[in-house]
Amino acid sequence: MDLEIEEKQTRSISEIVSIVEALVFVADEPITVKTLSDVLEEDRETVEAAVEQLKQEYEEREGGLQLREIAGGWQISTRTEYHEEIRKYLKTRPNAKLSLAALETLAVIAYKQPVTVPEILEIRGVQSASAIKTLLDKKLITAKGRKETVGRPMMYGTSKDFLLQFGLKDLSELPSIEDFEDLAA
Amino acid sequence: MEQTEQLSFDFYKETAEITRESRDELKLHMGEFNGPLDLLLYLIKQEQANIFDIPIARITDEYLKYIRLMKHLDISVAGDFLVMAATLIEIKSKMLLPKEITEEAEEEMEDPRELLVRQLLEHQKFKNAAQMLYERTTVEQAVFPRGKLESDENNAETNASVFDLLTVFQKILSRHIEEVQLEIEREEITLAEMLKSLKKRIFANKQLSLLAFFEEMHTRRELVTAFIAVLEIVRTESVKLMQTTTFGDIILKKV
Repeated sequence: MDLEIEEKQTRSISEIVSIVEALVFVADEPITVKTLSDVLEEDRETVEAAVEQLKQEYEEREGGLQLREIAGGWQISTRTEYHEEIRKYLKTRPNAKLSLAALETLAVIAYKQPVTVPEILEIRGVQSASAIKTLLDKKLITAKGRKETVGRPMMYGTSKDFLLQFGLKDLSELPSIEDFEDLAA
Repeated sequence: MEQTEQLSFDFYKETAEITRESRDELKLHMGEFNGPLDLLLYLIKQEQANIFDIPIARITDEYLKYIRLMKHLDISVAGDFLVMAATLIEIKSKMLLPKEITEEAEEEMEDPRELLVRQLLEHQKFKNAAQMLYERTTVEQAVFPRGKLESDENNAETNASVFDLLTVFQKILSRHIEEVQLEIEREEITLAEMLKSLKKRIFANKQLSLLAFFEEMHTRRELVTAFIAVLEIVRTESVKLMQTTTFGDIILKKV
């Protein structure tokens, strides 16, 4: 028992950084600090510091990879600069872009969630049924229960896929909606 | 011809343009207007008007002109656009009405445009937010996480548990049960049963017409079974096949 504890204590910070890197590499979706600290049996602060250091190392190296926080976890991914070569190798094309109508509807849902169809209509001034269907099909939004009001309309909110596809840590990373007011002509 | 697959677009250039070629000829470049608020915002920008002090008469005229153009070009005008047209006309007429000037009323008097302005500003905000999302997803499409490894979930070979096996096994089992049920439904007579009934009839009547016996059969399978039963009974029992005339009826007869 004593031996085990001693072993843990002798782990240097650089060792922890290395293990964190290995774990982030192996995880097939963003790995949370909590998971990392559970596996390492280190406290949250230590893990957070290790992740920060690792992130800095990646930045200083200026290699083909980056460590970034997305959808509540950490992920190793390629840098945007090399997308052309990567696409050439993967033989893929970018996904079809969302239509303007779908993007606008998504923006309303992201900022007003949980939000009902009539509420979306009020802001957009236009029916949004087909845009909502597209967003549901692409799993960017999910139903979040019914609103206890006349007609009990369905409420919608954004999904984890939304965070992943838009490169967001969490919803709080979205710029404040009031910030967009300045741009108003 | 325009390309059908559009990989990128400029959010603000992607709007309609009405340009006056000559006195009564309008040239129209259609864009994608996401509803009446979108069109209204565009027209206000075109007129370089202040959103907080919309020249309602001018904007209403422009708006109606646009709708008429859409109709003229056989573009079906959505109901939402017409509702907005009605709203604009209502606001316009309200503003034309002389106001009763009393001190109290003046304070309470609400600008008929107020609700519309609020709606427009709100719409503008979300339009800008949509632009931000568009930019984000464009950047995001250039970022790739690592490819899936053998050990990841998508590898069925390593991921199957005992329970997965059981599920598959149960599926196979249930398929077999179904097959058995199907056979029972056919209500087929077995060779042994056929033999038994054949024997009973020959022994009761001493003889039996083969043709009559075969004609009692309903299906091809029963017929085959009956034929085999006849062969069998001739081989094992003291029963003979007799034909009195050429091509005549064959009689099964107890010896």
